[in-house]
Amino acid sequence: MENQNSVFFVRKEFALSRPAPASTVGVLGWIRSNLFSTPFNSLLTILIGGFGVWLISGALDWLIFNAVWTGGNEACKANPDGACWTFIGTRFDQFVYGFYEKPERWRVDLVLVVLFVGVFWSGWEKSPARKWIGGFMLIPFPLIAWGILYGGIFGLPVVETSQWGGFILTLVVALLGIIASLPLGILLALGRRSNMPIIRSVCVVFIEFWRGVPLITVLFMAAYVLPLFFPTGMNFDQLLRALIGVALFSAAYMAEVVRGGLQSLNKGQYEAADSLGLSYWRSMRLIILPQALKAVIPGIVNTFIGLFKDTTLVLIIGLLDLLGMVNAAIADPNWSIRSVPTTGYAFVAITFFIFCYGMSRYSRFVEEKLNTGHKR
Amino acid sequence: MNTSPNPESSAQPVIQIQKMNKWFGQFHVLKEIDLEVVTGERIVICGPSGSGKSTLIRCINRLEEHQEGQIVVDGIELTSDLKHIEQVRREVGMVFQHFNLFPHLTVLENCTLAPIWVRKQPKAEAETTAMSYLERVKIPDQAHKYPGQLSGGQQQRVAIARSLCMQPRIMLFDEPTSALDPEMIKEVLDVMIELADTGMTMLVVTHEMGFARTVANRVIFMDEGQIIEQNEPEEFFNNPQSDRTKLFLSQILQH
Repeated sequence: MENQNSVFFVRKEFALSRPAPASTVGVLGWIRSNLFSTPFNSLLTILIGGFGVWLISGALDWLIFNAVWTGGNEACKANPDGACWTFIGTRFDQFVYGFYEKPERWRVDLVLVVLFVGVFWSGWEKSPARKWIGGFMLIPFPLIAWGILYGGIFGLPVVETSQWGGFILTLVVALLGIIASLPLGILLALGRRSNMPIIRSVCVVFIEFWRGVPLITVLFMAAYVLPLFFPTGMNFDQLLRALIGVALFSAAYMAEVVRGGLQSLNKGQYEAADSLGLSYWRSMRLIILPQALKAVIPGIVNTFIGLFKDTTLVLIIGLLDLLGMVNAAIADPNWSIRSVPTTGYAFVAITFFIFCYGMSRYSRFVEEKLNTGHKR
Repeated sequence: MNTSPNPESSAQPVIQIQKMNKWFGQFHVLKEIDLEVVTGERIVICGPSGSGKSTLIRCINRLEEHQEGQIVVDGIELTSDLKHIEQVRREVGMVFQHFNLFPHLTVLENCTLAPIWVRKQPKAEAETTAMSYLERVKIPDQAHKYPGQLSGGQQQRVAIARSLCMQPRIMLFDEPTSALDPEMIKEVLDVMIELADTGMTMLVVTHEMGFARTVANRVIFMDEGQIIEQNEPEEFFNNPQSDRTKLFLSQILQH
C-alpha cells in the first residue's frame, strides 16, 4: 500500500473480551491481594489472625461455654470463671421495668409491643399504609404512650416517674430525644441560615448555648436548679423536665448536622427551585431537605446513637436506667461473686450494642435505597 | 428564521430594564443597563467572561437583586416584594449551564413538580403536559429514569422541558451548552431552534455564534458590565462598530 509513514496504524481484527485470570478474582483473588500480597502483609495476617482467634475463643468460653445459665447464686459461686447469666435472669424484671408496680406492668408491655410493631411496620418497605403508621408513631404515639405509662387517664392508676426505671426508662428518654431533635434541629438549621438577622441570632445563640454545656449539667440544672425559679406550689414532673433538657440539647447537635447537609448542596439546586417559582417552604420540603438530609444520614444516625447511650447520664438526677439498675443490682451482697459485675456490664453492653448496631444497619439500608446514583 | 419578531407579537415590551445598576459589595458589576425586549424576540447576549451577562439575565428572574434602576417583567415591577417575585418567576423560565435537575426525582417528577405545586394543576394533567414536552425535546422514553442516569445533552433537554412545563412567557438561557461535550451541543441547540420557531421570547447568553446567526433577532455585546453594542446578527458579525466588539469577535471567530 502506498503512503505508509512511520505512525500509520489501522486495526483489522478486533480483540474480544476475555474473562480475567482465575488467581486475580473471586475469593482466592481477594485473599491473595488483601491478606498475603507481600511477605510482611502475610506475617501480619498470621499474627493478627492468631491473636483474633485467641481473643474470640476466650470470649466465647467466658460468655457461652463455661457460663452458668441456671441455678441460683450458689451455681455462680461454684463456677466463677464463666458468665453468671442466672444473675441477669433473676433480676430481669427489674432491669426491664425498674420499680414500676408489678400489677401495672402490663401497661409497659403494651407500650413496648406497640412500639416494636410500629417501628418494624414503618421501617419495612413493602408494608401497607406505611406512611400513616410512621406519622402515628412520630406524634400521637409518644403522647399516648406517656399517658398509658403515667396513668391518671382512662381510669389507670398513676405510676410516678420516680418509679420508672431500667430499660423502659432508657427507651423513653432516648426515643423522646430522637423524635424531638430531628424536626427541631431542622428548624434551627434553617433559621441559622436565614437572611433575617433576628431569627439567625436567636438560632445561633440557642445552638451555641446548648452545645456549650455538658448534658450532665443540663440534667442536673433541669432537676435541681430549675424548680428554684418556679413559684412555690407549682410542680413540674422531674422526668419531664429532664426530657425537655435532653430534647433541646440534642436538637442543637442535630441542627449542626443538618446545616452541614444544607451547605453541601449545590447552590444551583436552590436556584433551580427558586426559578421555577417554588416558595421557600415548598422548595425546602420538596427539593432541599430531601437531598440535604439524605447527604447527612450518617451524621444524623450518629447523633441518635450517641443520644441513646447518653441516656445513662440520668443517674445524676437519681433515675435508674438500664445501666443504673444493673449497677444497683451488682451491689447486692447476695451476689458478690467475681463474675457478677462483668456479667452485668456485658449484658448492658450487649443490649446497647444490639440497638445501636440495629440503628446503624437500618441507616445503611436507607442510604442504599435512597441512592439514585446522583454523584454525577 | 433570522427575521424580525413574529408579526403577531404585540409591540408592548415584555421586559423593560431602565438605568439598572448592580453591585456585588463594592464591585460595580452592571452599569446603567437599558434594555427593552418585545414578545417573540430572540436575543443573544455575548461578551468576555466577567462582563456581567449572566448576572444581567439572573436579575430578570430575581436570582440576583439590583440596587438601582427598574426592571419590569410582563408588567410586574421587580422589587423586594415576594409576591411580585413569585409572579415573575412563574412567567420566566430559566435553563442553567449546569442543568440543576433535581437528582432525587425522576425526569417526569422533575417536570411535573412546579406545575403541581405552583400552578396547582392536578397530577394527571401535569403528567400529560410533561410527556408532551418531553416528546418535543425528543426523550419521552427517559421519563422514569433519574437524572444521574442520563447524558449531559439529555439532562439539558430535560431541563428545558422542565422550564417549559410551567408554560412561561419568557425563557432565559445561561450558557446552556457550555458544559456539554461537543457531540451533544447540536441536540440541545436543535431544541432551542425549534423553540424559537414557535415564537418564544428568548434571552440566551452563549458563545455559540452559529446559533446567534441562525436564530437571533438581536445580538448584544457586553463588556465590563455595560452594553457596548447591539445589532441584528448579520450587521453585528460583519460590521462591528466598537473597537471592543471587534477585538472580542476576532478572538472567538475563526473566519
